[in-house]
Amino acid sequence: MSAAGETPSGVSAVTGALKGARDWGAGAVRDPVFWSNNAVLFGLAAVVVVFSVLSSDFLTSANISDLLVSAAILVVLALGQQFVIVTGGIDLSMGSNLPWAAVLLGWASTTHHWPLAAGIALAFAGAAAVGVINGSVIAKVRIDDFIVTLGTLGIMNGLALVLVSGNTVAVTSTFLQDLALNSVLGIRWFIVVALVVAIAAHLLIFHTAYGTHLLATGGNRDAARSMGIRVDRVRISAYLIAGLLVGLAGVLLVARTAGADPSLLTNQLLSSIAAVVLGGSSLFGGRASIVGTVAGAILLTTLINGFTLLQVSQYYQPVAVGLVVVASAVLSRFQR
Amino acid sequence: MTAEGNASTTADPAQPGSETLLEVEDLEKRFGAVQALRGATLSLRRGAVTALVGDNGAGKSTLIRCLTGVHRPDRGTVRFKGREVHFRLPEDARELGIETVYQDLALVEDLTVWQNVFLNREVRRGLGPVRFLNKRAMVRSAEETLQRLGVNVPSVNASVRRLSGGQRQSVAVSRAVSWGSALVIMDEPTASLGVRETEAVEELVRLRREGLTVLIISHDLRQVMRLADHVWVLRQGRVVGGRRVAESDEQELVAMITGVAGDRDRTADDGE
Repeated sequence: MSAAGETPSGVSAVTGALKGARDWGAGAVRDPVFWSNNAVLFGLAAVVVVFSVLSSDFLTSANISDLLVSAAILVVLALGQQFVIVTGGIDLSMGSNLPWAAVLLGWASTTHHWPLAAGIALAFAGAAAVGVINGSVIAKVRIDDFIVTLGTLGIMNGLALVLVSGNTVAVTSTFLQDLALNSVLGIRWFIVVALVVAIAAHLLIFHTAYGTHLLATGGNRDAARSMGIRVDRVRISAYLIAGLLVGLAGVLLVARTAGADPSLLTNQLLSSIAAVVLGGSSLFGGRASIVGTVAGAILLTTLINGFTLLQVSQYYQPVAVGLVVVASAVLSRFQR
Repeated sequence: MTAEGNASTTADPAQPGSETLLEVEDLEKRFGAVQALRGATLSLRRGAVTALVGDNGAGKSTLIRCLTGVHRPDRGTVRFKGREVHFRLPEDARELGIETVYQDLALVEDLTVWQNVFLNREVRRGLGPVRFLNKRAMVRSAEETLQRLGVNVPSVNASVRRLSGGQRQSVAVSRAVSWGSALVIMDEPTASLGVRETEAVEELVRLRREGLTVLIISHDLRQVMRLADHVWVLRQGRVVGGRRVAESDEQELVAMITGVAGDRDRTADDGE
């Protein structure tokens, strides 16, 4: 029964997402709104064209597959960030919550020889707990989200280092190895995981009552409260979802690097926020775009991939990422 | 205190034998040092448009919030359909069919008209934990509601951000009217509107007048005379009197609001 409802919803989900690109007429091209609403897709297309011209290795199926695999962790993180940002919040703790989740998995499965499943469950639980704490302090104690998550960014960084005495823990597991390297139906598992999360996030935000409440809570918290929406719960749940997705990203990270490194990942944090902003979501909440966020994450990863192929010094990468983000923020001023 | 309540009830504008939907008796509410309500007593007749008027700070908003579950009164009783009710949350009032059009409208600009109409009352389909929005049903229903009420919006799929002030107001009123099976409370529904938009909203109130009970808070006495059957006057946290609109006029109401003229209610007050 629910499957019957699911299929058309899924289809309309995709068409609905593409509807952001409305008015593809000749007149629309001169309208800045047209460009800003679809900025990330044009940006991605432009970057792909430029790198294809500059490097014959770029537009090969092997490279595109590698590119998407390396984008997967950022896609999952950015989708987590999306849930928080749509409610008008922000999660700065991701930069240390991600290594925290990874380290929990390494600590459990390598240091204490837990079964892998238990280690993965611990990673999810640990990251989700950080989300619930963030959300509860922000929504119930009414402390600014920026302050709270900046605090947990520091706390979880320290706790991750303490747990493994600052050392990287090697994690050997055939399951995680398969996850990182193998494919299903010719598509790498990482890509499948990211895709499934993206579709689920899209359905949740745009096709459920809960999603509408998320949008309403971010769009006009007082109105949402007046209409009887439990905005505190909604906000906490957004941080919880972000935490769970950080847990998933942590597992992917361990699979990809065959180890758990406790050091802070501020570049992943910045990129996760950048991907959401690039995708056209409002940092003030109330507006979301899963297609945009995914495209944003892929765009940022493509820049890094292309620079590597062109042997541009990797020190230029954050410069480029920063420029792209500022440019997208400028464009977003024209947004409806 | 009680005698004062009686003084107000003697001026009950409800006709004898007419059905009372809501009765408020001796409501008191204090915020710290401020006594916002000091014994408010009034009643609403079913199917009528009742107005609540009073100066700024007279306690109108506090009284409304006690009737919608936003505030809990310190003392006094609220009877709805003859039964005493205690609203702890806005949901409690809503469950009994009491809807409110808030002064800020409580619309989410980034959501569409139909999403706002169905906000927190979404129609879903599917079984078990996986239930998706039934958008088609909500769009159709919102269209029908707005059409029935004669509300003109470009499309129920338009986001509220694109609507004019009057259109927004109409959407908020329509939402309340369509869900408020028993009572719709409107807090200054036309305060920020132009002449034309005000007319449209007033038309909306008139249209559903049959069968729907409306409590309207307004500064605009002419509007009260145009729309309401009954009017209650609040002054300094007390209901100082009620009138049938047909038997009163603006001058009398102004006198009651300000308490300057020596009307009989004031005499009753001072007699205490």
